[in-house]
Amino acid sequence: MQNKVDQLLHKPLVIINLGLKRFTESLAEQKVEVVQVDWAPPAGGDKAMEDLLDRLL
Amino acid sequence: MASGFVIRKNQYYDSVFLMGISKRISDTKGVQQNAVLMGSDNNKKLLSNIGIQDTHIDAAHPNDLIVAVIADTPQIVNDVLDKLDEYLEVDVQSSSASSLHSFEDGLAQKPDANLVAISVPGEYAAREARKALESDLNVFIFSDNVSIDDELDLKKSAVKKTLLVMGPDCGSSLIGGVGIGFANVVRKGSIGVISASGSGLQEFTCQVHNSGFGISHAIGTGSHDLSDKIGGLTTLMALDALEADPQTTVITLLSKPPGAKTIAKLSERLKNCKKPVVGCFLGIKNEIEGGTSFPCARLIDDAVQLSIRQIDDKSFSSQVQFTVQELELMSRQMASWSTQQKYMRGLFAGGTFCYQSQQIFQDAGIPVYSNVPLDPKYKLADPDRSIEHTIVDMGDDQYTVGRPHPMIDSTMRKQRILAEGHDSQVAILLLDFILGYNASMDPVGELIEPITEAKLLAQKRGGALTVVASMCGTDDDPQDLSLQTRMVKESGVIVFPSNAKAARFCCDLIKRRLEGSHAK
Repeated sequence: MQNKVDQLLHKPLVIINLGLKRFTESLAEQKVEVVQVDWAPPAGGDKAMEDLLDRLL
Repeated sequence: MASGFVIRKNQYYDSVFLMGISKRISDTKGVQQNAVLMGSDNNKKLLSNIGIQDTHIDAAHPNDLIVAVIADTPQIVNDVLDKLDEYLEVDVQSSSASSLHSFEDGLAQKPDANLVAISVPGEYAAREARKALESDLNVFIFSDNVSIDDELDLKKSAVKKTLLVMGPDCGSSLIGGVGIGFANVVRKGSIGVISASGSGLQEFTCQVHNSGFGISHAIGTGSHDLSDKIGGLTTLMALDALEADPQTTVITLLSKPPGAKTIAKLSERLKNCKKPVVGCFLGIKNEIEGGTSFPCARLIDDAVQLSIRQIDDKSFSSQVQFTVQELELMSRQMASWSTQQKYMRGLFAGGTFCYQSQQIFQDAGIPVYSNVPLDPKYKLADPDRSIEHTIVDMGDDQYTVGRPHPMIDSTMRKQRILAEGHDSQVAILLLDFILGYNASMDPVGELIEPITEAKLLAQKRGGALTVVASMCGTDDDPQDLSLQTRMVKESGVIVFPSNAKAARFCCDLIKRRLEGSHAK
């Protein structure tokens, strides 16, 4: 069985893009299957709440 | 002078979007300075540095938008801040918003994903990458400012799961012909690349393409991968993958000098590699201590030729040599300089070009100052003030925190070109233009005006400014290499197809200038 890296090199790319939208646009331009995530800091940017959520989830 | 700011709670935008808004505000008459950023601790420090401080800013969160303006009058400040919604609206309309806001949302939408690309602020990048690895996904981390401990932890987890972590600080990769991050349109072929440098990867792949050959995969590792702390974990994974890849017949490694333990480990691993390997470790002073088990090139151009020779049996010759016409051009340039003109100033968007150019001057025995010097004794005290021969990496942190990278926006380079133009001792300006996905759509057009102005300033002083540039791109890039090259030539710039050749041309000019002054 191929490992995940070999699969990455040999199968069509399917990409989740977290952050810069222009990366998604350039991948779509290259006919790559890509989904854009308009990422925002977790827990509204509250670090203490973020740590708590990480422990709970 | 007046200043003011607004805070928009819970309005998060990515950094490139914010830079677009900032650029539009800076075009407003009377605006001296502006900052459009999210309320992270780093950004609050930046605001403080430009004199914008307030308890409301202290209390802002990383997902709160802060817009600060410094302008000639309070009226201009108020007008800009009042029009903020207009600025935001126009830019939001130009790009459709996604309904997905977390990695989990993305995975639910694409359960068959095989790669996660991460370009969120550095302090959050490791957290998102961990989630991707836990879901058995390979990762490309464009974000920088990820701690070396986090990088090591991520890469160790990836090795256990046989996953690839490209980055952090990975500017570019080409997987099966697909460009991720800053990347050029290059044909598929049989040369595989593993690179710790984004602009190095672009220069190498473009030169392979422009020589009529192609790339199987070009895997970015992030700039710290070959440090002894990380120990080349991604490089070794990429080597295994390219060794097993039937499309790849030769593997090229590009990096700054690796750590001593890491190069020994790499050399040992490569003794048993089934495919030929070529190395190119830029910025290294001499040969690698103890040698390597594979051939190493000093310059990217030579690494390209060595790699091509592995698949095409033509004899190797260093490409960095000049024609008779180019040598005559050198003489004409020198003849046009005034007696005062004697220094070279290199202003680069690509970090690797800054490194490689310094190496070329260092090899010729000509000291060069820099904000990222090869030799610490030539570190610029103030990166904004050149000393004698100076080469500046305009993509280094001090120019890019809270500002667009020079590959996206040329504002900082424009200002620096003009500043160098006012220095009567400057004889040569050395530049780079980088094309490809996600780079500026008109990198040459953005700099023609300051180049022309700097040349005029030198003429008014009775001399002439020699401007030399290298082009990194292909004719298939969105910007069109031929068109950009023609534009830059028409503005009186001497153009070379590689940074090594452009830097060597400048270095030879300076050597001749020195020999001439000694002869007198």
